[in-house]
Amino acid sequence: MDKMIYLDNAATTKTAPKAVEAMLPYFTEKYGNASSIYQFGAESRQAVTRARDIIGESLHADPAEIYFTAGGSEADNWALIAAAECYEEKGKHIITSKIEHHAILHTCQYLEKKGYEVTYIDTDEDGIVKVEDLKKAIRQDTILISVMFANNEIGTIQPIAEIGKIAREKGILFHTDAVQAYGHVPIDVEALSIDMLSASGHKLNGPKGIGFLYIRKGVKIRSFIHGGAQERRRRAGTENVPGIVGLGTAVQLAFGQMEERMEKVSHLRDYLIERIEKEIPYCRLNGDRNRRLPNNVNFSFRFIEGESLLIMLDMKGICASSGSACTSGSLDPSHVLLAIGLPHEIAHGSLRLTLSEENTLEEMDYVVGAIKEVVDRLRQMSPLYEDFVKKEQKQ
Amino acid sequence: MYSEKVMDHFTNPRNMGEIENPSGVGTVGNAKCGDIMRIYLDIDENHVVKDCKFKTFGCGAAVATSSMATELVKGKTIEEALTVTNKAVMEALDGLPPVKVHCSLLAEEAIHAALWDYAQKNGIKIEGLAEPKKDIHEDDEEEAY
Repeated sequence: MDKMIYLDNAATTKTAPKAVEAMLPYFTEKYGNASSIYQFGAESRQAVTRARDIIGESLHADPAEIYFTAGGSEADNWALIAAAECYEEKGKHIITSKIEHHAILHTCQYLEKKGYEVTYIDTDEDGIVKVEDLKKAIRQDTILISVMFANNEIGTIQPIAEIGKIAREKGILFHTDAVQAYGHVPIDVEALSIDMLSASGHKLNGPKGIGFLYIRKGVKIRSFIHGGAQERRRRAGTENVPGIVGLGTAVQLAFGQMEERMEKVSHLRDYLIERIEKEIPYCRLNGDRNRRLPNNVNFSFRFIEGESLLIMLDMKGICASSGSACTSGSLDPSHVLLAIGLPHEIAHGSLRLTLSEENTLEEMDYVVGAIKEVVDRLRQMSPLYEDFVKKEQKQ
Repeated sequence: MYSEKVMDHFTNPRNMGEIENPSGVGTVGNAKCGDIMRIYLDIDENHVVKDCKFKTFGCGAAVATSSMATELVKGKTIEEALTVTNKAVMEALDGLPPVKVHCSLLAEEAIHAALWDYAQKNGIKIEGLAEPKKDIHEDDEEEAY
């Protein structure tokens, strides 16, 4: 297969051509500042309003509760830091999970340095946050619970409704990082009792550099970026109008075809999982089999290391990712894979494939063939495999 | 990220495999950190490395440094083999990214461990060779980069 097969949609997605088309006029024709008084600026303002309406509706929220940011990480930082500061009179205790994205975990570590206390809840071996543990962790001074909607590495969808209910009953603010889930699965902030939600444009075929934070009316939160009255005085900075327009269009497309897309992509996912499990020995599916994003496949292959696997797949035209230390830029493999209880050497051999509706069954067949070949080759090179085979032969 | 030479040695590793009844074998690294290297040596009566093979669990740089190390050691006397340093391996590969330098250290350690094994088996002493550390990563683990 000559063309590239892109299986890293959890890293980023292709911007939908329709989104790009919708954005283009806002660079060279309708470039007015959305805050300006004259009619030319008003055109930009209307475009921003339209996008905000689309996003509000997609979440069953009031559009006035949507605040545009430069992306998911900013939304996560803002939600945690600004809310923590606004509620510190009530207490300084925050609850989150061990498998959050670093935009949450590193922000929590920052808050710990500032005198806040953070409890990190464990997950079960499938990567589902232990709700009973979360309940027990709640204290008088708990001000915020932040649990991701779906995990970026292993795709597990968390029990958000249950956690939202608990938080609401206890009067604790509930934030969810929905960067991987928004636009891929239905989310209703009312039904799920979500107070704040982070999302990012480029994970759902929108442009990079744009995202938003949903903040329920009545939630106290201070401004994070100072210097202007934009976003109801909560987020200064001239609106990224083309980005906002592109995001709005991407959301419209994602929600317009959500059911078909979920069905198509999850079919490809299940096909890929079934074939890998059947045809490649000594592998393990990471993450819950059912409570899982429609596009996420994550396997560990014993006796091999992830970076080698990725380079060899790249040479076969396949873009994928891994949780090995070499790909994380540290000596430790992914914190998510360690949190679900994988030993280091198995976590090092992980492979994440995240699909899109543009992938085909034919591509999945090619990918399975390529993984088989590469895993086999790396095992031939592996002293761990050699030891394992010799041990098996002795028995 | 990697030089052409590293990619070449990763995709077409030289001397990959095992030697049956080797004169010396050394395994270093640990799976926790994601790198394990094993070097096999076949040494003749004149103390010359006739053959050298490797097996490695690790990233592209780990495989490439193992491959290059076996090339550099082959045909050398055991004293000469001892001078194949991580720096020599790195230079022969046209350099490594900074975070991968530890892979070349591992290659040097693996050669030393195999030579140590040979010396132990034959009851000889190789000048300048110390007993290998069991795990070269033990000290590095606190380092975060």
